[in-house]
Amino acid sequence: MELVEAILLTVITASTPLLLAASGELVVERAGVLNLGIEGMMIIGAACGFAAAFTTGSVFIGALCGIAAGAALAGVFAALTLGLAANQVASGLALTILGVGLSGLIGTSYIGQKIVGAAHLHIPYLSDLPFVGKMVFGQDAFVYVSVALIAAIWYFLYRTRPGLVLRSVGDNHASAHALGYPVLKIRTLAVLFGGACAGLGGAYLPLAYTPFWVSGMTAGRGWIALALVVFASWMPWRLLIGAYLFGGITILQLHAQATGLGIPSQLMSSLPYLATVIVLVVISWMRGKAGSPAPASLGLAFVPDR
Amino acid sequence: MKRIILAAAAAALGIGAALTAVNAQQKLKIGFMYVGPVGDMGYSYQHDVGRKAIEAAYGDKVETTFLENVSEGPDAERAIEQLVRAGNKLIFTTSFGFMDATVKVAKKYPNVMFEHATGYKREKNLATYSGRFYEGRYIQGVIAAKMSKTGVLGYIGSFPIPEVVSGINAMLLGAQSVRPDMKVKIIWVNTWYDPGKEADAAKALADQGADVITQHTDSPAAIQMAEQRKIFAFGQDSDMIKFGPHAQLTGIVESWGPYYTERVKLALDGKWTSGDFWGGLASKTVTMAPFTNMPDDVKKLATDTEAAIASGKLHPFKCPVLAQDGKPVECKGGTHLDDGQILGMNFYIKGIDDKLPGN
Repeated sequence: MELVEAILLTVITASTPLLLAASGELVVERAGVLNLGIEGMMIIGAACGFAAAFTTGSVFIGALCGIAAGAALAGVFAALTLGLAANQVASGLALTILGVGLSGLIGTSYIGQKIVGAAHLHIPYLSDLPFVGKMVFGQDAFVYVSVALIAAIWYFLYRTRPGLVLRSVGDNHASAHALGYPVLKIRTLAVLFGGACAGLGGAYLPLAYTPFWVSGMTAGRGWIALALVVFASWMPWRLLIGAYLFGGITILQLHAQATGLGIPSQLMSSLPYLATVIVLVVISWMRGKAGSPAPASLGLAFVPDR
Repeated sequence: MKRIILAAAAAALGIGAALTAVNAQQKLKIGFMYVGPVGDMGYSYQHDVGRKAIEAAYGDKVETTFLENVSEGPDAERAIEQLVRAGNKLIFTTSFGFMDATVKVAKKYPNVMFEHATGYKREKNLATYSGRFYEGRYIQGVIAAKMSKTGVLGYIGSFPIPEVVSGINAMLLGAQSVRPDMKVKIIWVNTWYDPGKEADAAKALADQGADVITQHTDSPAAIQMAEQRKIFAFGQDSDMIKFGPHAQLTGIVESWGPYYTERVKLALDGKWTSGDFWGGLASKTVTMAPFTNMPDDVKKLATDTEAAIASGKLHPFKCPVLAQDGKPVECKGGTHLDDGQILGMNFYIKGIDDKLPGN
């Protein structure tokens, strides 16, 4: 039982950065924009977040700076793809390369520094409850924010009028435009929100996960977040399940190795991606049957006629 | 991005070198190529410390540049070519995966001197060099067996290649020399560098009862986790005491400076020749970080073990070495396994209840 609790606690920390970054991308893609630059926005959020937290001694300020840095980089993407209607795939990839390079530069003077990581919640009695105590009442703020974010995004997308407009922009930007909705403005806001989330997800790494800075520390998590959005078929709650599933498999395969179960680690590490491929196949099959769950205008540039 | 800037800078340097050919003649240009960022605080960082040692030793006589984050594979060849075209006459490529690319470029430019770390393919103008990290692992095993309460060591491996496998075996042999029933739990993370995953692996090992953690990956994540969990760990590649002031027992520190300055001196004197260098504790290519957080008797045992290995009195793989099935491994080196057996090690020793991936 203690081991199960320990595993679940590790799963939560491993899943949180994925969940944060992916929830932003979900909104971006729902608005019809494909931003492949999550990795770049995450790492820039990590670098700036750590730099700020190290300088000020406050994890909170670090998180805010991570959010701002991610959003700022997303602003570059928005200017390119929405302002100049540049190719989204190419711009997104460029954004990742830019982010990784820039973060290395920003982080140079912080290499080998460490900070005190984000504090964990502690409510007397509640946090000491067996099994559920630490899991529900003993996490750091990032974890609570990530779950609240999913709830908020779900509410926004499915229960509010602006959310409906955002989805319509993603599904058919021409019609939305004809109805008088400011397509580019909505997309820009969505892209900035996505950048902020990715920045926060990235900042989680040096502020709570492993409280030090080394360059390239996101190590491909941005790409996993991207896969997660597809895995979740653009649904917020599925994203929550998917993130914990991805994180869970990662952690479980580590434990499976330590107990010497003899299952090849490479096979287990590839399971989340295998699942994503299967979901992609199902999605393309559904396209023929009942219509794909993917936003119909995803990745298409929109140039309003004047 | 950085590489593109470097490429542009390299091109500019090439033109500059042509214009001031006289100046370029006097300076020996030395190029380095790293697999990771110099800011990894581990492997690539240590090579860069070596590069700086060259600059400190020869000042104006040399000019060094480096390319970082070069991926292993086809891109490596292009990057080495770039270093050649920028006028570098001595080039160090520091990762195993750069081997074939280095050989290819070395054949193309016979007048340029090449050095490749941890590989085994040599040419007239291509030397190889590496470190006997297993010597340090043995000492770590001795210390771990003394310090562990649970009798279980945790080992985070990158990839099941001989260098890593020989480290695991050497560590357990050291541990068994003190406590024959020591166990080791092994987790392969299938990456050299992913701080988050390394931390997760450390947590998993700790949760399963390991109370001394060793890693053969490149970031300080595992040792920082050990500090949080109040268990012990070892630094890797560089002294990581800062990340685990109460957790680090010692660490294997690679020190390339002496080798690099020696080779540069030969190149400057026109006496450089190809060869193979495999330095350990004796040549101080492998050094141990200070023995900390342990009682004096353990410290003494560790110091004695270190001295015995350095002087050649003790070999970590002294015969008989028993394979997993309990049968002794062929003893090609007389009293110990020979270098070829260590460099190609693809089996676990007796005492490891696990299966080596791919075997």
